[in-house]
Amino acid sequence: MAGPMKMRATLAGGYTDVRVLMTHPMETGQRKDAEGKALPLHFIQNLTVKVNGKTVMEGQISQAVSRNPVFFFRLRGGAKGDKIEVSWLDNRGETNKTETAIA
Amino acid sequence: MNDLRRKTLLGAAALLLLKPFAALAAWHKEAFGAKSAPDALKSLGAANPAPSQDVVIEAPQIAENGAVVPIEITSNVKGTTSILVLIDKNPFPLAGKFDFSEGALPFVKLNVKMGETSDVRVVAEAGGRHYVATKEIKVTIGGCGG
Repeated sequence: MAGPMKMRATLAGGYTDVRVLMTHPMETGQRKDAEGKALPLHFIQNLTVKVNGKTVMEGQISQAVSRNPVFFFRLRGGAKGDKIEVSWLDNRGETNKTETAIA
Repeated sequence: MNDLRRKTLLGAAALLLLKPFAALAAWHKEAFGAKSAPDALKSLGAANPAPSQDVVIEAPQIAENGAVVPIEITSNVKGTTSILVLIDKNPFPLAGKFDFSEGALPFVKLNVKMGETSDVRVVAEAGGRHYVATKEIKVTIGGCGG
């Protein structure tokens, strides 16, 4: 079950700042529930940032990234209206993506 | 329907489902599973990075909550294509690997979990060479177990 994502992309001074929030438990596999049973690993592994369909950043992350991850990226140039797409894939094969236009 | 045919069909269906991510670089299981920072770096081919002031880590000196430690990374090394983030004392030190192509600056800001006070190492790759910066972050409440 993939929770909502939020993204903002703003053009300023020749760069586009991208801020993206993902809803994900990012469970480390080390925490225990009330009965002392370990909570299984569940975390995002791959991230992709695309501009107008072209990949500009590919990330791989571990369970050490905080719950409900927030990432900032910075793109060279960009024009208002350019489409930014961010997607993720987790260790259970769940996936989600969001798209926004540069403002 | 015989069993073999069913298995073949299931396999084909699985392949179709996986296809959207076929182009994605596979998650680097060995590096992310390494239990020490040097082992993780070795398995990524970055065993002996040179210390560099062009790799900049901005993070608090003291993190009150180890569950959310903000880290901002900029590489001023010309031609940086990749940034690695390692937290030495976490059970699995490698926290992330970010590969940038032309359109993106070698910059990332993220929040990480830290189990205890630790050095954070950031390695930048440029032209097949590796450069490293290290910063110690003190943690008052750990963010991994609990």
